Amino acid sequence: MKPVLFTNARLVDPADGTDAPGDLLVEKGRIAARGTGQGAPEGAIVIDCGGHVLAPGIIDFNVTIGEPGARHRESFKSGGQAAAAGGVTTIVTQPDTDPPIDDPAVLEFAKRRAQEVCAVRVLPKATLTKGGRGREMTEYRFLLDAGAVAFSDGERAVEDPVVFRRCLEYARSVDALVCHFPQEPHFSALGCATEGLFATLRGLPSVPAEAEAIMLTRDIRIAALTGARYHAGCISTAESLAILRRAREGGVDVTCSIAVPHVAMNELDIADFRTFSKVSPPLRHEEDRAAMEEGLREGVIDMIVSAHRPWDEESKRLPFAQASAGGVGLQTILPVCLDLHHRAGLSLPTLFERLSLAPARLLGLEAGTLAPGALADLVLFDPDAPWRIDRKALLSKSKNSPFHDRLVQGRVLGTWVGGKRVFG
Amino acid sequence: MNEHISFPHRHLLGIEELSPRDISEILDKAEDAVVLNRAPRKKQDVLKGLTQINMFFESSTRTLASFELAGKRLGADVMNMSVKASSVNKGETLIDTAMTLNAMHPDILVVRHGESGAVNLLAQKVNCAVVNAGDGRREHPTQALLDALTIRRRKGRLHRLNVAICGDILHSRVARSNIHLLNKMESRVRIIAPPTLCPPGIERLGCEVFHDMRAGLEGCDVVMMLRLQQERMAGGFIPSHREYFHRYGLDEEKLSAAKPDVIVMHPGPMNRGVEIDSDLADDINRSVIQEQVEMGVAVRMAVLELLAGERSGAGGAA
Repeated sequence: MKPVLFTNARLVDPADGTDAPGDLLVEKGRIAARGTGQGAPEGAIVIDCGGHVLAPGIIDFNVTIGEPGARHRESFKSGGQAAAAGGVTTIVTQPDTDPPIDDPAVLEFAKRRAQEVCAVRVLPKATLTKGGRGREMTEYRFLLDAGAVAFSDGERAVEDPVVFRRCLEYARSVDALVCHFPQEPHFSALGCATEGLFATLRGLPSVPAEAEAIMLTRDIRIAALTGARYHAGCISTAESLAILRRAREGGVDVTCSIAVPHVAMNELDIADFRTFSKVSPPLRHEEDRAAMEEGLREGVIDMIVSAHRPWDEESKRLPFAQASAGGVGLQTILPVCLDLHHRAGLSLPTLFERLSLAPARLLGLEAGTLAPGALADLVLFDPDAPWRIDRKALLSKSKNSPFHDRLVQGRVLGTWVGGKRVFG
Repeated sequence: MNEHISFPHRHLLGIEELSPRDISEILDKAEDAVVLNRAPRKKQDVLKGLTQINMFFESSTRTLASFELAGKRLGADVMNMSVKASSVNKGETLIDTAMTLNAMHPDILVVRHGESGAVNLLAQKVNCAVVNAGDGRREHPTQALLDALTIRRRKGRLHRLNVAICGDILHSRVARSNIHLLNKMESRVRIIAPPTLCPPGIERLGCEVFHDMRAGLEGCDVVMMLRLQQERMAGGFIPSHREYFHRYGLDEEKLSAAKPDVIVMHPGPMNRGVEIDSDLADDINRSVIQEQVEMGVAVRMAVLELLAGERSGAGGAA
């Protein structure tokens, strides 16, 4: 592979807070040097970045691909193309497939498919419990050996605290990362919107925001009890941030992520029963959305994920309560998040800490930074270019974007994985 | 005579979208229908040649009968479809069912569905007038309109009245539509319900919330009772029918807190002895429950005519 020299770039590196003009040299799939005005080595490909931003590629910690079982919704190929076009260089896949990834053989199938056809790196999660049913733990050691990077039951919470404790205790003995969806399931089963005036007006069955606080509080106690590595996925309320702050002050080592819709939208985006705005957990009140913005700035929120959930049209062309929850997000994560930079003043290094560096650290990857030696997983983008998101133009097989028709600023110009161009 | 029709809506999906003027217009038109309905020869030809399909995804007797009669009295060809028992069970989606019916060129679709927002969804997909006959727990606009007509006829006005809505507010589309309507017409709404059957945030709609029925009924002009749906018992919303009746059932004793000329309403069907005392329900001096049924046909005629009358080319009222 020829060396690649990126010149005339605005380098953004969250690892040291860099946001400055410079050049970047890539050799053998890794970053070789960073600086200004270096000469191109013999035979190198030179890319003039035109002053646009070059940053570590996004590591999306929560992506659903329909393999195995629902390739018509999203395949590793289509999902990989969408990721590459969105500046996402690594996808961490959800295990709640059909069949679920709860066994090394299924995991190996998914990994093989990913290697064959996916344009970006794929790191699979495996289920925390067999079948994702919340009763018995899966074979963590075997699954780790087969390549699982974390354990999760997708959007199902393990209801039984005894089971959850055992999962975490055992996970600790193999140093496994446990990702949980902290929504109290009895409450969650009640509805599809957040309890309050808006849900009442729309006549939608609703869930109190406390459903999240209750489960998160339990989880943190069990994480403290067991000492396991715990990650709270897709939190969405101001109360959750307060709980996490307290836990960290008390010395409990937990991490958390939020999904893009929860910082970019609120319950009013459901408007007149827009099923594309149906996500899980449901969209929250504006105060909660604003708290997510603050949490990202402050750092109580470690990372942002797309929570990419491809659904076919039939799953969304239904009355709101019956429609499937979730939206595609791989291709829109960067432009939608750039709104936090343009409007809310979040610096680009901070944004890429949440998008790239934090997940890299959590997973122990040599990525998420432009430091020499790191994997040459890169995204080049024009942070200012305005465009309108058109769901039909997305590369995902499913077009259920909650951001359809949204005006955004920021367009991906190129994506590289291990120094190889995969988009642009 | 070609009366100008100013009603500025293509569909009737909810009271929330209506202005006070729209509401008054419907009620005024309904007054004409009341007169007509009491005459020996009731048939008109305002909707002659138009097709009305009543599409009920949820079972109903009185609302369906009321819409059917309303359409027929105006001369429309009316067809009833109970969709619950047909194609939806074969996996056909709501939208496909709607598109199929749409291809038959109806002029009016009257739709009831168990999910909030389902009628709005359907209205986006068809090119005829859609009337919401109740969607989930969101709205039941013609019920609120018939209640308003009943009140207006009895009280002479719709403003500055104290109206108590009692019972299962949480699951009630009738309550939501009535709250919107009474707020728009500048009456005061009180909600009387156990906390488990009160929807969150309802007080922010300008309602006063009471968990004690006697206190809530104090000085009321109108009491609207809601049906306690039997399945709520299984959900653990209330401890028992008898305790519910004890605390929230309407009887002489509790009603004595209201104004002497209070009227008692109920959208039906009633659970006698659960939410309303049987004798009280039959007291012709105070109970207007039968009158509500009569006003139902009139209001639905008014709505159908306002939405579809222009299409028929037959002009306004005869």
